[in-house]
Amino acid sequence: MPVIEVTHLKKRYGDLVAVDDVSLAVEAGEIFGVLGPNGAGKTTTVECVAGLRVPDGGGVSVLGLDPRRDAAQLRQRVGVQLQESQLPDRLRVAEALELYASFYRNPADPAELIDKLGLGDKRNTAYKKLSGGQKQRLSIALALVGNPEIAILDELTTGLDPQARRDTWGLIEQVRDSGVTIVLVTHFMEEAERLCDRVAVIDRGRVVALDSPAGLVSTVAPEQRIRFRPSAPVDDRLLTDLPEVSAVQRTGSQVVVTGTGELLHAVTSVLARHQIVAADLRLEQSTLDDAFVELTGHRPAN
Amino acid sequence: MHAFRNILRTEARLYLRDLPTLLTTIGLPTLILVVLGLIPSLRKPDPTFDGQTFVSYFAPSLLVVTLAMVGVNTLPSVLATYRERGVLRRLATTPAHPAALLAAQLVLALAGILASALLLIVVARLAFGVPFPRHPLGFTLAFILGTAALLSLGLLVAAVARTTKAAQALAVPLFLVTMFFGGVYLPRFLLPDVVARIGDYTPPGVQALLDAWTGTSPQPLHLAIMAVIAVSAGAGAAKLFRWE
Ligand SMILES: Nc1ncnc2c1ncn2[C@@H]1O[C@H](COP(=O)(O)OP(=O)(O)O)[C@@H](O)[C@H]1O
Ligand SMILES: [Mg+2]
Repeated sequence: MPVIEVTHLKKRYGDLVAVDDVSLAVEAGEIFGVLGPNGAGKTTTVECVAGLRVPDGGGVSVLGLDPRRDAAQLRQRVGVQLQESQLPDRLRVAEALELYASFYRNPADPAELIDKLGLGDKRNTAYKKLSGGQKQRLSIALALVGNPEIAILDELTTGLDPQARRDTWGLIEQVRDSGVTIVLVTHFMEEAERLCDRVAVIDRGRVVALDSPAGLVSTVAPEQRIRFRPSAPVDDRLLTDLPEVSAVQRTGSQVVVTGTGELLHAVTSVLARHQIVAADLRLEQSTLDDAFVELTGHRPAN
Repeated sequence: MHAFRNILRTEARLYLRDLPTLLTTIGLPTLILVVLGLIPSLRKPDPTFDGQTFVSYFAPSLLVVTLAMVGVNTLPSVLATYRERGVLRRLATTPAHPAALLAAQLVLALAGILASALLLIVVARLAFGVPFPRHPLGFTLAFILGTAALLSLGLLVAAVARTTKAAQALAVPLFLVTMFFGGVYLPRFLLPDVVARIGDYTPPGVQALLDAWTGTSPQPLHLAIMAVIAVSAGAGAAKLFRWE
Protein backbone atom coordinates (compact mmCIF):
# COMPACT_ATOMS: atom_id res chain seq x y z
CA MET A 1 0.00 0.00 0.00
CA PRO A 2 1.42 3.40 -0.94
CA VAL A 3 2.27 5.77 1.95
CA ILE A 4 1.68 8.84 -0.19
CA GLU A 5 -0.94 9.11 -2.89
CA VAL A 6 -1.40 12.19 -5.02
CA THR A 7 -4.19 12.19 -7.57
CA HIS A 8 -4.74 14.89 -10.17
CA LEU A 9 -3.26 17.57 -7.94
CA LYS A 10 -3.82 21.13 -9.12
CA LYS A 11 -2.51 24.35 -7.61
CA ARG A 12 -2.51 27.93 -8.91
CA TYR A 13 -1.01 31.13 -7.62
CA GLY A 14 -3.34 33.75 -9.06
CA ASP A 15 -3.24 33.26 -12.81
CA LEU A 16 -0.14 31.11 -12.73
CA VAL A 17 -0.78 27.38 -12.80
CA ALA A 18 2.07 25.95 -10.71
CA VAL A 19 0.77 22.38 -10.64
CA ASP A 20 -1.52 21.39 -13.46
CA ASP A 21 -2.11 17.67 -13.06
CA VAL A 22 0.18 15.59 -10.88
CA SER A 23 -0.57 12.01 -9.86
CA LEU A 24 1.93 9.77 -8.12
CA ALA A 25 2.19 7.15 -5.42
CA VAL A 26 5.13 6.61 -3.08
CA GLU A 27 5.67 3.14 -1.63
CA ALA A 28 6.80 2.49 1.93
CA GLY A 29 10.57 2.32 2.35
CA GLU A 30 11.59 3.71 -1.01
CA ILE A 31 13.50 6.81 -1.97
CA PHE A 32 11.19 8.56 -4.37
CA GLY A 33 12.68 11.31 -6.51
CA VAL A 34 10.79 14.33 -7.80
CA LEU A 35 12.76 15.71 -10.74
CA GLY A 36 12.16 18.59 -13.05
CA PRO A 37 13.49 21.94 -14.27
CA ASN A 38 13.23 25.07 -12.11
CA GLY A 39 9.67 26.28 -11.76
CA ALA A 40 8.21 22.93 -12.78
CA GLY A 41 6.07 22.74 -9.66
CA LYS A 42 8.14 20.29 -7.57
CA THR A 43 8.18 22.36 -4.40
CA THR A 44 4.50 23.21 -4.70
CA THR A 45 3.69 19.52 -5.09
CA VAL A 46 5.60 18.37 -2.02
CA GLU A 47 4.33 21.31 0.02
CA CYS A 48 0.79 20.18 -0.74
CA VAL A 49 1.81 16.72 0.45
CA ALA A 50 3.29 18.25 3.60
CA GLY A 51 0.04 20.13 4.25
CA LEU A 52 1.71 23.53 3.92
CA ARG A 53 -0.36 24.51 0.91
CA VAL A 54 -3.99 23.91 0.11
CA PRO A 55 -4.51 22.29 -3.32
CA ASP A 56 -7.04 23.84 -5.69
CA GLY A 57 -8.02 20.43 -6.93
CA GLY A 58 -7.24 16.74 -6.75
CA GLY A 59 -6.50 14.58 -3.75
CA VAL A 60 -3.58 14.03 -1.42
CA SER A 61 -3.39 11.21 1.09
CA VAL A 62 -0.42 10.65 3.39
CA LEU A 63 -0.27 7.53 5.59
CA GLY A 64 -3.96 7.21 4.83
CA LEU A 65 -4.63 10.67 6.31
CA ASP A 66 -5.58 14.05 4.92
CA PRO A 67 -2.69 16.54 5.17
CA ARG A 68 -5.02 19.41 6.09
CA ARG A 69 -7.64 17.73 8.23
CA ASP A 70 -5.24 15.44 10.07
CA ALA A 71 -2.41 17.95 10.17
CA ALA A 72 -1.72 17.48 13.88
CA GLN A 73 -1.21 13.74 13.48
CA LEU A 74 0.86 14.01 10.34
CA ARG A 75 3.22 16.60 11.80
CA GLN A 76 4.24 13.96 14.33
CA ARG A 77 4.86 11.39 11.60
CA VAL A 78 6.25 13.35 8.63
CA GLY A 79 9.54 15.27 8.71
CA VAL A 80 10.01 18.09 6.24
CA GLN A 81 13.11 19.88 5.07
CA LEU A 82 12.01 22.98 3.19
CA GLN A 83 13.90 24.59 0.39
CA GLU A 84 15.54 27.80 1.64
CA SER A 85 14.63 27.63 5.27
CA GLN A 86 17.10 28.99 7.80
CA LEU A 87 17.44 29.32 11.56
CA PRO A 88 18.18 32.27 13.85
CA ASP A 89 21.85 33.29 13.57
CA ARG A 90 22.68 32.84 17.23
CA LEU A 91 20.95 29.51 17.73
CA ARG A 92 23.45 26.70 18.38
CA VAL A 93 23.33 23.28 16.77
CA ALA A 94 22.49 21.32 19.93
CA GLU A 95 19.95 23.92 21.06
CA ALA A 96 18.13 23.73 17.76
CA LEU A 97 17.93 19.95 17.84
CA GLU A 98 16.92 19.78 21.48
CA LEU A 99 14.20 22.37 20.93
CA TYR A 100 12.79 20.61 17.88
CA ALA A 101 13.05 17.21 19.58
CA SER A 102 10.87 18.56 22.40
CA PHE A 103 7.97 19.08 19.98
CA TYR A 104 7.59 15.36 19.26
CA ARG A 105 6.06 12.55 21.27
CA ASN A 106 8.74 10.06 20.34
CA PRO A 107 11.84 11.96 19.24
CA ALA A 108 15.27 10.71 18.29
CA ASP A 109 18.10 11.37 20.71
CA PRO A 110 19.47 14.77 19.61
CA ALA A 111 23.03 13.98 20.73
CA GLU A 112 23.05 10.75 18.74
CA LEU A 113 21.62 12.46 15.69
CA ILE A 114 24.26 15.17 15.90
CA ASP A 115 27.01 12.54 15.84
CA LYS A 116 25.35 10.57 13.07
CA LEU A 117 25.21 13.69 10.91
CA GLY A 118 28.86 14.49 11.56
CA LEU A 119 28.12 17.65 13.53
CA GLY A 120 29.67 16.32 16.75
CA ASP A 121 32.35 18.99 16.96
CA LYS A 122 29.86 21.72 16.04
CA ARG A 123 27.24 21.12 18.70
CA ASN A 124 27.94 24.45 20.39
CA THR A 125 28.46 26.41 17.20
CA ALA A 126 26.01 29.16 16.28
CA TYR A 127 24.01 28.64 13.08
CA LYS A 128 25.61 31.72 11.51
CA LYS A 129 29.08 30.17 11.84
CA LEU A 130 28.23 26.89 10.11
CA SER A 131 29.34 26.16 6.54
CA GLY A 132 26.74 25.56 3.84
CA GLY A 133 27.12 21.79 4.15
CA GLN A 134 26.81 21.88 7.93
CA LYS A 135 23.68 24.04 7.75
CA GLN A 136 22.22 21.57 5.30
CA ARG A 137 23.03 18.63 7.57
CA LEU A 138 21.46 20.42 10.51
CA SER A 139 18.40 21.00 8.39
CA ILE A 140 18.22 17.29 7.58
CA ALA A 141 18.69 16.49 11.26
CA LEU A 142 15.74 18.73 12.14
CA ALA A 143 13.60 16.91 9.59
CA LEU A 144 14.57 13.59 11.19
CA VAL A 145 14.56 14.49 14.87
CA GLY A 146 10.91 13.50 15.28
CA ASN A 147 11.65 9.93 14.14
CA PRO A 148 9.36 10.36 11.13
CA GLU A 149 7.95 7.58 8.99
CA ILE A 150 8.28 9.82 5.94
CA ALA A 151 10.91 12.48 5.28
CA ILE A 152 10.33 15.06 2.58
CA LEU A 153 13.58 16.70 1.53
CA ASP A 154 13.44 19.61 -0.91
CA GLU A 155 16.64 20.49 -2.77
CA LEU A 156 18.76 18.71 -0.27
CA THR A 157 22.16 19.29 -1.80
CA THR A 158 21.70 22.49 -3.78
CA GLY A 159 24.59 24.81 -3.00
CA LEU A 160 26.83 22.09 -1.60
CA ASP A 161 30.27 21.27 -2.94
CA PRO A 162 30.68 17.83 -4.57
CA GLN A 163 32.25 16.22 -1.49
CA ALA A 164 29.54 17.49 0.85
CA ARG A 165 26.96 16.33 -1.64
CA ARG A 166 28.38 12.81 -1.69
CA ASP A 167 28.49 12.73 2.11
CA THR A 168 24.86 13.77 2.21
CA TRP A 169 23.92 10.99 -0.19
CA GLY A 170 25.52 8.42 2.09
CA LEU A 171 23.51 9.82 4.92
CA ILE A 172 20.24 9.61 3.04
CA GLU A 173 20.91 5.96 2.24
CA GLN A 174 21.45 5.28 5.92
CA VAL A 175 18.18 6.97 6.75
CA ARG A 176 16.35 4.89 4.19
CA ASP A 177 18.00 1.74 5.52
CA SER A 178 16.55 2.58 8.93
CA GLY A 179 13.08 2.25 7.36
CA VAL A 180 12.13 5.84 6.59
CA THR A 181 10.36 6.54 3.30
CA ILE A 182 12.04 9.46 1.57
CA VAL A 183 10.68 11.93 -0.95
CA LEU A 184 13.59 13.72 -2.50
CA VAL A 185 13.13 16.81 -4.66
CA THR A 186 16.14 17.48 -6.82
CA HIS A 187 17.33 18.81 -10.11
CA PHE A 188 20.62 16.90 -9.99
CA MET A 189 20.39 13.87 -12.22
CA GLU A 190 23.43 12.24 -10.69
CA GLU A 191 21.78 12.47 -7.30
CA ALA A 192 18.57 10.91 -8.55
CA GLU A 193 20.42 8.15 -10.38
CA ARG A 194 22.46 7.31 -7.32
CA LEU A 195 19.75 7.48 -4.66
CA CYS A 196 16.27 7.04 -6.03
CA ASP A 197 14.39 3.79 -6.41
CA ARG A 198 11.85 5.57 -8.57
CA VAL A 199 11.51 9.08 -9.94
CA ALA A 200 8.70 11.23 -11.22
CA VAL A 201 9.79 13.80 -13.78
CA ILE A 202 7.62 16.91 -13.56
CA ASP A 203 7.55 19.52 -16.28
CA ARG A 204 5.25 22.55 -16.37
CA GLY A 205 3.10 21.16 -13.60
CA ARG A 206 2.60 17.70 -15.09
CA VAL A 207 4.19 14.30 -14.55
CA VAL A 208 5.89 13.47 -17.84
CA ALA A 209 7.48 10.20 -16.71
CA LEU A 210 7.46 7.92 -13.69
CA ASP A 211 9.83 4.96 -13.47
CA SER A 212 13.09 3.74 -11.94
CA PRO A 213 16.07 5.78 -13.13
CA ALA A 214 17.33 2.83 -15.20
CA GLY A 215 13.85 2.20 -16.58
CA LEU A 216 13.51 5.82 -17.58
CA VAL A 217 16.80 5.80 -19.40
CA SER A 218 16.06 2.59 -21.28
CA THR A 219 12.60 3.67 -22.40
CA VAL A 220 13.23 7.33 -23.05
CA ALA A 221 16.83 7.32 -24.26
CA PRO A 222 17.60 3.68 -25.08
CA GLU A 223 20.38 4.41 -27.56
CA GLN A 224 23.76 2.81 -26.78
CA ARG A 225 27.02 3.14 -28.66
CA ILE A 226 29.98 0.75 -28.82
CA ARG A 227 33.39 1.76 -30.13
CA PHE A 228 36.26 -0.63 -30.80
CA ARG A 229 39.17 -1.37 -33.11
CA PRO A 230 38.79 -4.84 -34.63
CA SER A 231 41.88 -7.11 -34.81
CA ALA A 232 40.82 -8.22 -38.30
CA PRO A 233 38.56 -6.67 -40.96
CA VAL A 234 34.86 -6.92 -40.08
CA ASP A 235 32.09 -7.09 -42.63
CA ASP A 236 29.46 -4.45 -41.74
CA ARG A 237 26.70 -6.93 -42.49
CA LEU A 238 27.91 -9.18 -39.71
CA LEU A 239 26.85 -6.41 -37.33
CA THR A 240 23.88 -4.87 -39.12
CA ASP A 241 22.23 -8.29 -39.28
CA LEU A 242 21.96 -8.27 -35.49
CA PRO A 243 18.49 -7.18 -34.35
CA GLU A 244 20.03 -5.02 -31.59
CA VAL A 245 22.11 -2.95 -34.04
CA SER A 246 20.66 0.11 -35.74
CA ALA A 247 23.77 1.54 -37.45
CA VAL A 248 27.44 0.90 -38.08
CA GLN A 249 29.93 3.66 -38.82
CA ARG A 250 33.66 3.71 -39.30
CA THR A 251 36.10 6.41 -38.36
CA GLY A 252 39.60 5.44 -39.39
CA SER A 253 40.37 2.06 -37.89
CA GLN A 254 37.54 2.45 -35.36
CA VAL A 255 34.10 0.88 -35.69
CA VAL A 256 31.13 2.60 -34.04
CA VAL A 257 28.02 0.50 -33.54
CA THR A 258 24.79 2.06 -32.29
CA GLY A 259 21.77 0.13 -31.11
CA THR A 260 19.59 -0.84 -28.20
CA GLY A 261 18.91 -3.68 -25.77
CA GLU A 262 21.68 -6.22 -25.09
CA LEU A 263 23.87 -4.53 -27.66
CA LEU A 264 27.20 -5.23 -26.01
CA HIS A 265 26.51 -8.91 -25.59
CA ALA A 266 25.27 -9.32 -29.15
CA VAL A 267 28.24 -7.54 -30.69
CA THR A 268 30.94 -9.22 -28.62
CA SER A 269 29.40 -12.67 -29.25
CA VAL A 270 29.35 -12.27 -32.97
CA LEU A 271 32.93 -10.98 -32.97
CA ALA A 272 34.07 -13.88 -30.83
CA ARG A 273 32.43 -16.34 -33.15
CA HIS A 274 34.58 -14.90 -35.95
CA GLN A 275 37.71 -14.84 -33.82
CA ILE A 276 37.93 -11.08 -33.95
CA VAL A 277 39.27 -9.30 -30.93
CA ALA A 278 37.74 -5.91 -30.14
CA ALA A 279 40.55 -3.68 -28.90
CA ASP A 280 39.91 -0.40 -26.98
CA LEU A 281 36.28 -1.41 -26.56
CA ARG A 282 34.07 1.24 -25.00
CA LEU A 283 30.33 1.25 -24.30
CA GLU A 284 28.53 4.59 -24.14
CA GLN A 285 25.09 4.50 -22.58
CA SER A 286 22.59 7.28 -22.13
CA THR A 287 22.31 8.70 -18.67
CA LEU A 288 19.40 10.14 -16.79
CA ASP A 289 20.63 13.50 -18.10
CA ASP A 290 19.84 12.41 -21.65
CA ALA A 291 16.47 11.06 -20.60
CA PHE A 292 15.72 14.33 -18.85
CA VAL A 293 16.53 16.33 -21.96
CA GLU A 294 14.38 14.02 -24.06
CA LEU A 295 11.48 14.47 -21.66
CA THR A 296 11.60 18.16 -20.88
CA GLY A 297 13.64 19.72 -23.66
CA HIS A 298 15.81 21.35 -20.95
CA ARG A 299 19.39 20.67 -19.99
CA PRO A 300 19.36 19.85 -16.28
CA ALA A 301 20.98 22.63 -14.25
CA ASN A 302 24.40 21.50 -13.13
CA MET B 1 1.91 24.93 26.03
CA HIS B 2 4.86 22.59 26.34
CA ALA B 3 6.24 23.74 22.97
CA PHE B 4 5.63 27.37 23.88
CA ARG B 5 7.63 27.02 27.10
CA ASN B 6 10.58 25.49 25.28
CA ILE B 7 10.46 28.05 22.50
CA LEU B 8 10.30 30.86 25.05
CA ARG B 9 13.32 29.47 26.88
CA THR B 10 15.31 29.20 23.65
CA GLU B 11 14.28 32.66 22.42
CA ALA B 12 15.17 34.12 25.82
CA ARG B 13 18.64 32.64 25.49
CA LEU B 14 19.04 34.19 22.06
CA TYR B 15 17.78 37.51 23.44
CA LEU B 16 20.31 37.46 26.28
CA ARG B 17 23.06 36.47 23.86
CA ASP B 18 22.57 39.66 21.84
CA LEU B 19 24.19 41.88 24.45
CA PRO B 20 24.35 45.20 22.57
CA THR B 21 20.63 45.13 21.80
CA LEU B 22 19.81 43.98 25.31
CA LEU B 23 21.82 46.77 26.94
CA THR B 24 20.40 49.43 24.65
CA THR B 25 16.85 48.24 25.18
CA ILE B 26 17.04 48.13 28.90
CA GLY B 27 19.68 50.73 29.71
CA LEU B 28 19.41 53.56 27.18
CA PRO B 29 16.57 55.55 28.83
CA THR B 30 18.29 55.34 32.21
CA LEU B 31 21.57 56.39 30.64
CA ILE B 32 19.94 59.49 29.14
CA LEU B 33 18.30 60.20 32.51
CA VAL B 34 21.65 60.02 34.27
CA VAL B 35 23.35 62.29 31.74
CA LEU B 36 20.58 64.89 32.07
CA GLY B 37 20.49 64.46 35.84
CA LEU B 38 24.15 65.38 36.05
CA ILE B 39 23.32 68.90 34.88
CA PRO B 40 22.54 70.80 38.10
CA SER B 41 20.02 73.26 36.62
CA LEU B 42 17.86 70.38 35.40
CA ARG B 43 17.55 69.14 38.97
CA LYS B 44 16.10 72.46 40.26
CA PRO B 45 12.34 72.88 40.63
CA ASP B 46 11.11 75.10 37.85
CA PRO B 47 7.77 76.93 37.50
CA THR B 48 7.69 75.94 33.79
CA PHE B 49 6.99 72.38 35.03
CA ASP B 50 4.53 73.25 37.82
CA GLY B 51 7.39 73.41 40.27
CA GLN B 52 8.87 70.01 39.33
CA THR B 53 12.39 69.50 38.11
CA PHE B 54 13.04 69.06 34.39
CA VAL B 55 14.23 65.53 35.14
CA SER B 56 10.84 64.62 36.67
CA TYR B 57 9.01 66.27 33.82
CA PHE B 58 11.11 64.47 31.20
CA ALA B 59 11.14 60.97 32.76
CA PRO B 60 7.86 59.81 31.12
CA SER B 61 9.27 60.74 27.71
CA LEU B 62 12.21 58.48 28.46
CA LEU B 63 9.76 55.62 28.97
CA VAL B 64 8.70 56.26 25.39
CA VAL B 65 12.24 55.47 24.19
CA THR B 66 12.11 51.81 25.18
CA LEU B 67 8.49 51.40 24.23
CA ALA B 68 9.18 52.75 20.76
CA MET B 69 12.41 50.80 20.30
CA VAL B 70 10.93 47.48 21.33
CA GLY B 71 7.37 47.89 20.11
CA VAL B 72 7.67 49.38 16.68
CA ASN B 73 11.29 48.56 15.90
CA THR B 74 12.73 45.38 17.40
CA LEU B 75 9.55 43.30 17.51
CA PRO B 76 8.49 43.79 13.88
CA SER B 77 11.99 43.36 12.50
CA VAL B 78 12.60 40.16 14.46
CA LEU B 79 9.28 38.72 13.29
CA ALA B 80 9.80 39.81 9.70
CA THR B 81 13.28 38.29 9.73
CA TYR B 82 11.94 35.01 11.11
CA ARG B 83 9.35 34.95 8.39
CA GLU B 84 11.75 35.93 5.62
CA ARG B 85 14.29 33.30 6.65
CA GLY B 86 11.63 30.60 6.78
CA VAL B 87 11.92 30.06 10.55
CA LEU B 88 8.15 30.39 10.98
CA ARG B 89 7.53 28.07 8.08
CA ARG B 90 9.88 25.43 9.32
CA LEU B 91 8.07 25.53 12.64
CA ALA B 92 4.79 25.06 10.79
CA THR B 93 6.06 21.66 9.60
CA THR B 94 6.49 20.46 13.20
CA PRO B 95 3.86 19.78 15.86
CA ALA B 96 4.60 23.27 17.28
CA HIS B 97 2.66 26.20 15.83
CA PRO B 98 4.58 29.28 14.68
CA ALA B 99 2.19 31.33 16.84
CA ALA B 100 4.14 29.98 19.82
CA LEU B 101 7.21 31.77 18.51
CA LEU B 102 5.25 34.99 18.03
CA ALA B 103 3.92 34.70 21.59
CA ALA B 104 7.43 34.09 22.91
CA GLN B 105 8.65 37.24 21.15
CA LEU B 106 5.81 39.22 22.71
CA VAL B 107 6.69 37.94 26.17
CA LEU B 108 10.32 38.92 25.66
CA ALA B 109 9.33 42.36 24.37
CA LEU B 110 7.19 42.87 27.48
CA ALA B 111 9.97 41.66 29.75
CA GLY B 112 12.42 44.08 28.14
CA ILE B 113 9.99 46.99 28.42
CA LEU B 114 9.21 46.18 32.03
CA ALA B 115 12.86 45.82 33.02
CA SER B 116 13.72 49.08 31.32
CA ALA B 117 10.82 50.96 32.99
CA LEU B 118 11.61 49.61 36.44
CA LEU B 119 15.27 50.52 36.08
CA LEU B 120 14.34 54.02 34.98
CA ILE B 121 11.83 54.59 37.78
CA VAL B 122 14.14 53.25 40.47
CA VAL B 123 17.22 55.17 39.30
CA ALA B 124 15.15 58.35 38.91
CA ARG B 125 13.94 57.93 42.48
CA LEU B 126 17.25 57.01 44.07
CA ALA B 127 19.59 59.27 42.15
CA PHE B 128 17.47 62.30 41.38
CA GLY B 129 14.65 62.23 43.90
CA VAL B 130 11.96 61.79 41.28
CA PRO B 131 9.06 60.38 43.33
CA PHE B 132 7.61 57.00 42.50
CA PRO B 133 4.45 57.36 40.43
CA ARG B 134 1.96 59.11 42.71
CA HIS B 135 -1.04 57.46 41.18
CA PRO B 136 0.19 53.86 40.92
CA LEU B 137 -3.02 52.38 39.59
CA GLY B 138 -3.46 55.06 36.95
CA PHE B 139 0.21 54.80 36.05
CA THR B 140 0.04 51.04 35.68
CA LEU B 141 -3.05 51.33 33.54
CA ALA B 142 -1.55 54.04 31.33
CA PHE B 143 1.65 52.03 31.00
CA ILE B 144 -0.15 48.81 30.12
CA LEU B 145 -2.41 50.47 27.56
CA GLY B 146 0.41 52.50 26.03
CA THR B 147 2.55 49.37 25.76
CA ALA B 148 -0.31 47.39 24.27
CA ALA B 149 -0.95 50.11 21.68
CA LEU B 150 2.69 50.18 20.56
CA LEU B 151 3.13 46.41 20.52
CA SER B 152 -0.05 46.08 18.46
CA LEU B 153 1.26 48.65 16.01
CA GLY B 154 4.51 46.68 15.89
CA LEU B 155 2.59 43.49 15.13
CA LEU B 156 0.64 45.29 12.44
CA VAL B 157 3.92 46.35 10.82
CA ALA B 158 5.17 42.76 11.05
CA ALA B 159 1.89 41.60 9.52
CA VAL B 160 1.86 43.85 6.46
CA ALA B 161 5.60 43.86 5.73
CA ARG B 162 6.63 40.88 3.64
CA THR B 163 10.36 41.28 4.12
CA THR B 164 12.75 42.55 6.76
CA LYS B 165 13.54 45.54 4.55
CA ALA B 166 9.87 46.41 4.17
CA ALA B 167 9.37 46.07 7.91
CA GLN B 168 12.19 48.51 8.54
CA ALA B 169 10.88 50.91 5.92
CA LEU B 170 7.61 51.06 7.87
CA ALA B 171 9.08 50.84 11.35
CA VAL B 172 11.62 53.63 11.10
CA PRO B 173 9.16 56.47 10.33
CA LEU B 174 6.74 55.08 12.89
CA PHE B 175 9.56 55.03 15.44
CA LEU B 176 10.57 58.61 14.65
CA VAL B 177 6.98 59.84 14.90
CA THR B 178 6.46 58.03 18.19
CA MET B 179 9.63 59.52 19.62
CA PHE B 180 8.82 63.00 18.32
CA PHE B 181 5.27 63.17 19.67
CA GLY B 182 6.43 61.47 22.85
CA GLY B 183 8.64 64.51 23.45
CA VAL B 184 11.90 62.62 23.29
CA TYR B 185 13.64 64.71 20.64
CA LEU B 186 12.32 68.04 21.90
CA PRO B 187 10.84 68.22 25.41
CA ARG B 188 7.14 68.76 25.05
CA PHE B 189 7.06 72.24 26.58
CA LEU B 190 9.16 73.39 23.64
CA LEU B 191 6.80 71.87 21.10
CA PRO B 192 3.98 73.98 19.64
CA ASP B 193 0.87 73.44 21.70
CA VAL B 194 -1.01 71.67 18.92
CA VAL B 195 1.85 69.19 18.47
CA ALA B 196 1.94 68.49 22.20
CA ARG B 197 -1.84 67.92 22.21
CA ILE B 198 -1.51 65.47 19.30
CA GLY B 199 1.15 63.73 21.36
CA ASP B 200 -1.42 63.17 24.12
CA TYR B 201 -3.19 60.79 21.78
CA THR B 202 -0.33 59.09 19.95
CA PRO B 203 0.89 55.87 21.53
CA PRO B 204 2.06 55.32 24.17
CA GLY B 205 0.19 58.42 25.48
CA VAL B 206 2.91 60.30 27.26
CA GLN B 207 0.55 62.83 28.92
CA ALA B 208 -1.34 60.07 30.73
CA LEU B 209 1.98 58.68 31.98
CA LEU B 210 3.08 62.13 33.13
CA ASP B 211 -0.25 62.81 34.87
CA ALA B 212 -0.19 59.56 36.77
CA TRP B 213 3.48 59.87 37.65
CA THR B 214 3.12 63.34 39.08
CA GLY B 215 -0.12 62.82 40.92
CA THR B 216 -3.42 63.21 39.12
CA SER B 217 -5.31 60.30 37.65
CA PRO B 218 -4.88 60.02 33.89
CA GLN B 219 -7.70 61.33 31.72
CA PRO B 220 -10.12 58.58 30.68
CA LEU B 221 -10.12 59.83 27.09
CA HIS B 222 -6.34 59.44 26.86
CA LEU B 223 -6.58 55.88 28.13
CA ALA B 224 -9.58 55.03 25.97
CA ILE B 225 -7.74 56.13 22.82
CA MET B 226 -4.80 53.86 23.68
CA ALA B 227 -7.18 50.96 24.21
CA VAL B 228 -8.86 51.62 20.86
CA ILE B 229 -5.50 51.74 19.07
CA ALA B 230 -4.35 48.55 20.80
CA VAL B 231 -7.49 46.64 19.91
CA SER B 232 -7.84 47.82 16.33
CA ALA B 233 -4.15 47.47 15.42
CA GLY B 234 -4.10 44.10 17.15
CA ALA B 235 -7.16 42.91 15.27
CA GLY B 236 -5.70 44.17 11.99
CA ALA B 237 -2.45 42.35 12.71
CA ALA B 238 -4.27 39.12 13.56
CA LYS B 239 -6.23 39.34 10.32
CA LEU B 240 -3.30 40.20 8.09
CA PHE B 241 -0.47 38.23 9.67
CA ARG B 242 1.23 35.79 7.30
CA TRP B 243 3.37 32.94 8.47
CA GLU B 244 5.35 32.80 5.23
N1 LIG C 1 4.07 31.51 -3.23
C1 LIG C 1 4.05 31.64 -4.57
N2 LIG C 1 3.37 32.65 -5.14
C2 LIG C 1 3.34 32.79 -6.48
N3 LIG C 1 3.96 31.98 -7.34
C3 LIG C 1 4.65 30.96 -6.85
C4 LIG C 1 4.75 30.74 -5.43
N4 LIG C 1 5.52 29.63 -5.22
C5 LIG C 1 5.88 29.20 -6.44
N5 LIG C 1 5.37 29.99 -7.41
C6 LIG C 1 5.53 29.78 -8.88
O1 LIG C 1 4.98 28.52 -9.18
C7 LIG C 1 5.80 27.84 -10.13
C8 LIG C 1 6.23 26.51 -9.54
O2 LIG C 1 7.11 26.77 -8.46
P1 LIG C 1 7.78 25.65 -7.59
O3 LIG C 1 6.76 24.69 -7.14
O4 LIG C 1 8.58 26.35 -6.55
O5 LIG C 1 8.73 24.96 -8.65
P2 LIG C 1 10.07 24.10 -8.48
O6 LIG C 1 10.18 23.70 -7.05
O7 LIG C 1 9.86 22.95 -9.39
O8 LIG C 1 11.19 24.97 -8.93
C9 LIG C 1 6.93 28.78 -10.46
O9 LIG C 1 6.61 29.45 -11.65
C10 LIG C 1 6.98 29.71 -9.29
O10 LIG C 1 7.45 30.98 -9.69
MG1 LIG D 1 11.68 24.09 -5.66
